[in-house]
Amino acid sequence: MAIFTRAPKAEPILGQNRAVAMVLGVLTWIIGLLFFFPLFWLVVNGFKEESVASSSPTLNFDPTLDRFSEVTEDSGGLLSFTEAFGNSFWIVLISTVLVMVLAIPAAYALAIRPMRKWRDILFFFISTKFLPIVGIIMPIWIIARDLDLLGTRTVLVVLYTAMNLPLAVWMLRSFFAEVPKELIEASQIDGCSLLGQIRQVILPIVAPGVAATALLCVIFAWNEFFFAIQLNPTGASTIPVWVNSQQKFQGQFLAGLSAASVLATLPVVLAGWVAQKRMIRGLAMGAIK
Amino acid sequence: MAEVRYQEASRIYPGTEEPAVNQLNLDIGDGELLVLVGPSGSGKSTALRMLAGLETVNMGSIWINEVDVTLKPPQDRDIAMVFQNYALYPSMTVGDNMGFALKQQKVPKAERAERVAEAARILDLTEYLDRKPKNLSGGQRQRVAMGRAIVRQPQVFLMDEPLSNLDAKLRVQTRTELADLQARLGVTTVYVTHDQVEAMTMGHRVAVLNFGVLQQVDAPKTLYAAPANKFVAGFIGSPAMNLFDAENVDGKPGIAGVAVPINDAVAAALKGQSLDKVSVGVRPEHLTLGTAGIEGEVTVVEELGSESFVHVRTDHRGEATNIVVRDRGETQTARGDRVKIDFDGPLHVFGEDGQRVTA
Ligand SMILES: Nc1ncnc2c1ncn2[C@@H]1O[C@H](COP(=O)(O)OP(=O)(O)OP(=O)(O)O)[C@@H](O)[C@H]1O
Ligand SMILES: [Mg+2]
Repeated sequence: MAIFTRAPKAEPILGQNRAVAMVLGVLTWIIGLLFFFPLFWLVVNGFKEESVASSSPTLNFDPTLDRFSEVTEDSGGLLSFTEAFGNSFWIVLISTVLVMVLAIPAAYALAIRPMRKWRDILFFFISTKFLPIVGIIMPIWIIARDLDLLGTRTVLVVLYTAMNLPLAVWMLRSFFAEVPKELIEASQIDGCSLLGQIRQVILPIVAPGVAATALLCVIFAWNEFFFAIQLNPTGASTIPVWVNSQQKFQGQFLAGLSAASVLATLPVVLAGWVAQKRMIRGLAMGAIK
Repeated sequence: MAEVRYQEASRIYPGTEEPAVNQLNLDIGDGELLVLVGPSGSGKSTALRMLAGLETVNMGSIWINEVDVTLKPPQDRDIAMVFQNYALYPSMTVGDNMGFALKQQKVPKAERAERVAEAARILDLTEYLDRKPKNLSGGQRQRVAMGRAIVRQPQVFLMDEPLSNLDAKLRVQTRTELADLQARLGVTTVYVTHDQVEAMTMGHRVAVLNFGVLQQVDAPKTLYAAPANKFVAGFIGSPAMNLFDAENVDGKPGIAGVAVPINDAVAAALKGQSLDKVSVGVRPEHLTLGTAGIEGEVTVVEELGSESFVHVRTDHRGEATNIVVRDRGETQTARGDRVKIDFDGPLHVFGEDGQRVTA
């Protein structure tokens, strides 16, 4: 009976040689550990006393949560963890919402009603990412200063929106392009308005792609450091700047900095982990069937 | 309810030279089921999409009920379309799919549900109303697509090869159901297919397109009995008509050295035309295996039970040429037999220009 027949054994990669497969397996582990180790050490250091962290590396220590409570303490006048977290939260949220609100219509136009030379337009979008940011930070700084935006959350919202928009348009366009043309035509014949068409017909289909895009925008905005430190190094700044501020000019700070880094990494790791399935599905766009 | 008129309507796709639909003139009556048929790339879909408002009409105009809709967007034309791949909204249930257009028209929920239920009953879909399209079979999806169209009670149904994704048996069954449904509802319908059998069995009238040009529009019987030109003659009918460039046999058009029997009127019409450039056609059922006529050798006998088609190789204009003869089992032939083919029925003669020579 069919139930009892075994599935044919998967052929080992690179022929039948088991030794090769084993060597490859070991190699994979070594490379994996090599990548993972710094992160592991960071987490371990976060649970140490400053003196232990600064002396020779060891795993033999009494773990403590003191560093975490120290770095999240209100530091009086300087950027505190709670402030930085709040700032990051709102800046990331607002910029991502703005990006999606702007990118969805753009992607619709490029994918579904392409105008002449739409490829050039798409290339223009992505080409804005070719510029080294360090090369254009000065004009941006001057404009921000003249608009009285230095040290505000607004300047980061604007910049993060601009920074993520090309990527979002690019990604969403490819998802939108996968929507069968007949579905859009059917919705037109059914008397759907343009907005209704996007909301009721297209978005439900490309939802995984939209989620993946939004998640990438969130991660990129959360991680951004250069704009933040240049244009807004003060009390209205974000988590990366807060982490940076944990470097002290005197005394030992390795354990504290490690704890801060762990705290900064956690939300992204969590978000990535939770969204992993959707994200991969979205990125591979297997969702359209 | 609705009449449809194409008036010198042309579509030239951007970046192409030849029009995909070339000065189409077509009048479709109220309640009529008109089939557009033609080979692949002949512009059937384009013509249908022009009527739907999905394709720009570059020249000419399109009218629905004496209203010029040429420039109107699809949603203002009061039409419903069934797509080849059905184009069901994957995120909505069957019921929501069918009620979607009504929802856009802001029809109250209760009435919407009632009309969807009614359509579902007609199409035997009641038990599937809560399912998503991906959980349906191909035949059920096809019915949902039909349901989405009939719920709207539109002026015109447009269908672009709606049966081509079904298997052969279901296609034949659905084709009759569809024709019956259309007759019951009495909604003017334009139906596109590349399958001439489908066209002949379903159409009240059939319009034959080739290279974007309308070749002939007539009732199926007329199309079969009196094809207007060589293209229609070759396209309509299965197996196809035997169609040859004629040769001059004693001043008459002939095949394989045998003059075909034409009446005086046809002969008169052919006066002045070079007989080598004239074409002669005869359907397999209008030939018999007899004792006189075109000589040849049997190559294949296609036995279908009630009848058989005998393929005979003859020498026509110096080339081996295949002639198909329908045999009702009166004669027993096999490969290699030498036979004689006699004319037994109407002939089709096409002049130098490929047009039918009417007697
Ligand atoms: N978007 C387009 N751009 C350019 N040319 C097109 C476009 N769509 C169709 N055509 C061309 O127009 C002609 C008619 O196409 P159409 O789709 O109407 O054919 P059809 O009769 O429906 O064929 P089929 O039976 O294969 O569906 C073809 O030569 C085709 O290549
Ligand atoms: Mg087509």
